[in-house]
Amino acid sequence: MSMSEPLLELNDVSVSFDGFYALTDLSLKLYKGELKSIIGPNGAGKTTFLDVITGKVRPTKGSVTFKGQSLLGVSEQKISRQGIGRKFQTPRVFENLTVLRNLELAASPLKNAFSLLGSGLPKAAKDEVHRIMNYVGLAPFATVKAGSLSHGQKQWLAIACLVAQAPEVLLLDEPVAGLTDEETLRTAELIKSLAGDHTVVVIEHDMEFIRDLDFDVTVLHQGQVLTEGPLDQVKADPRVIEVYLGPPEQ
Amino acid sequence: MKLFQRLVPWILLAVALFILPAALDDFRLNLFGRYFALAITALAIDLIWGYTGLLSLGQGIFFSLGGYAVAMYLMLNTKSLAGGNGIPKFFENYGVAELPFFWKPFWSPAFTLIAIWVIPAVVAGVVGWLIFRNRIKGVYFSIITQAALMVFFHFFNGQQKLFDGTNGLKTSTSELFGQLVGSPDMQVWFYRLTVILLPLAFLICRYFTSGRFGDALIAIRDDETRFRFAGFNPVPFKTIVFLVAGALCGISGALYTVQSGIVSPQYMSISFSIEMVIWVAVGGRGTLVGPIIGATVVNYLRSLVSEALPEAWLFVQGALFIFVVVLMPDGIYGWVANGGFRSLLAAFGIAKKAKTYPRIDEEALPVD
Repeated sequence: MSMSEPLLELNDVSVSFDGFYALTDLSLKLYKGELKSIIGPNGAGKTTFLDVITGKVRPTKGSVTFKGQSLLGVSEQKISRQGIGRKFQTPRVFENLTVLRNLELAASPLKNAFSLLGSGLPKAAKDEVHRIMNYVGLAPFATVKAGSLSHGQKQWLAIACLVAQAPEVLLLDEPVAGLTDEETLRTAELIKSLAGDHTVVVIEHDMEFIRDLDFDVTVLHQGQVLTEGPLDQVKADPRVIEVYLGPPEQ
Repeated sequence: MKLFQRLVPWILLAVALFILPAALDDFRLNLFGRYFALAITALAIDLIWGYTGLLSLGQGIFFSLGGYAVAMYLMLNTKSLAGGNGIPKFFENYGVAELPFFWKPFWSPAFTLIAIWVIPAVVAGVVGWLIFRNRIKGVYFSIITQAALMVFFHFFNGQQKLFDGTNGLKTSTSELFGQLVGSPDMQVWFYRLTVILLPLAFLICRYFTSGRFGDALIAIRDDETRFRFAGFNPVPFKTIVFLVAGALCGISGALYTVQSGIVSPQYMSISFSIEMVIWVAVGGRGTLVGPIIGATVVNYLRSLVSEALPEAWLFVQGALFIFVVVLMPDGIYGWVANGGFRSLLAAFGIAKKAKTYPRIDEEALPVD
């Protein structure tokens, strides 16, 4: 695949829920190794955008391709296995499994039922799990059930599980929602450390965090791309100001 | 407490194999044989409900299929029960001259031994797969399994010409190895067989609930959508455990049938399948010892209450269920394992209260 071909491409994608359009003719390209932040006011279609890519919602119209292959009608688990991983808005971890078991399940290279029944996790995957667990500082909680972690720790576990899954594209939906300033800063560091090997898309409301990340920003509004570019340029755009603050008073 | 948890299964096994047969008369021993047979069903329900989160209200289907399989074999192979044309007498009542085709393989003991668990397993596998692949979950799954149960009930209940309808098939007067199935000697053998098969069922459930497959089941129970997004297809996992649970219920039903002396469509009544779920809830779901305790305790209680006050049992059962749900959400076993005795003693000031997090003093918080 040449560098000029996008890794992930959405073309004229529309999603309508009973006549309400969450996405309207959205076109967006994502290149290998690209780091992107997506912002936009509530209802701009940010989460629906992720739903379309990950197979949770089927677009009413348009095409979604990953490495040139259509993702339309492909099940969530198959899209995930192709290398697109997603962290949900709320930190969703398996509450009754320990931190270690959460990570081991995510890191499992074989995903079919019989392979889980027959054998243990390969050594390489186990080492990787421990590396990730140490990196995010959850190693002391390895045998703690995920349900009893704090909100911030759950967020980190959710991100760690995503990393353990070893996807090419990471889609992070509000990774710092409900975190303290310090945790937010550390999360930004963590996500920046993923750059290089991964293609990362972050959806956030927290402008400090977006600034820390220093990724290119795409602004969504009413299901469409309003503008794209570096944060400062985007922030100076009068259309963005209008969308966030309302029309200027006459 | 860890050591205690490890010893519980062995203590129960030793009591069941050696102490109960010596301590109980034939009648009581037979009752315990039935309880342990039902405990296998409770294990199966724990596998699908306690671990995987699939609340099936239709396990009576698989239980009855196992029961009918063994009963058909016994009916066919008992000379005293045969009518003029060599087939079971009840067929004459409905003017059936020829044995229905699906009865014929049940002449064979080998076929029957396999059919007892394979037929329920196949039915469970097919029904489960169809439900799971259509992403039917939660309460809708429960409703569908209950509806399926009603379909089976009405089929077996209405088909006199095939299964003697509502009368069911009586096994106590049939013969096995030249002996009456209902005789005390035979019943002791069935008791022993049950006591051996119950731990095997326990080990099967442990095989599926431990290790990474078990983790996957818990993950499905906790958040199935998230499980999909981790790249796993939950359908095979759910189908496998539902199939295994079906097979276990079939074995359980066969053991129960030979010990109770009859299989009838009543085994497919809605209330019986709900009772099965109650045993698991009372014993403690999500643990493998809990359902065995639950099935035994609830059914023993049922016998005691029914003997004293026949009408009172349903009230007692309902009260027991509410009591457990409200006060012991983890069931009897979960309650004990989590230090329930200690907290009970503590409540009466006999033991020290367990240390817990200090309560946040609300008045100490700053007020904006």
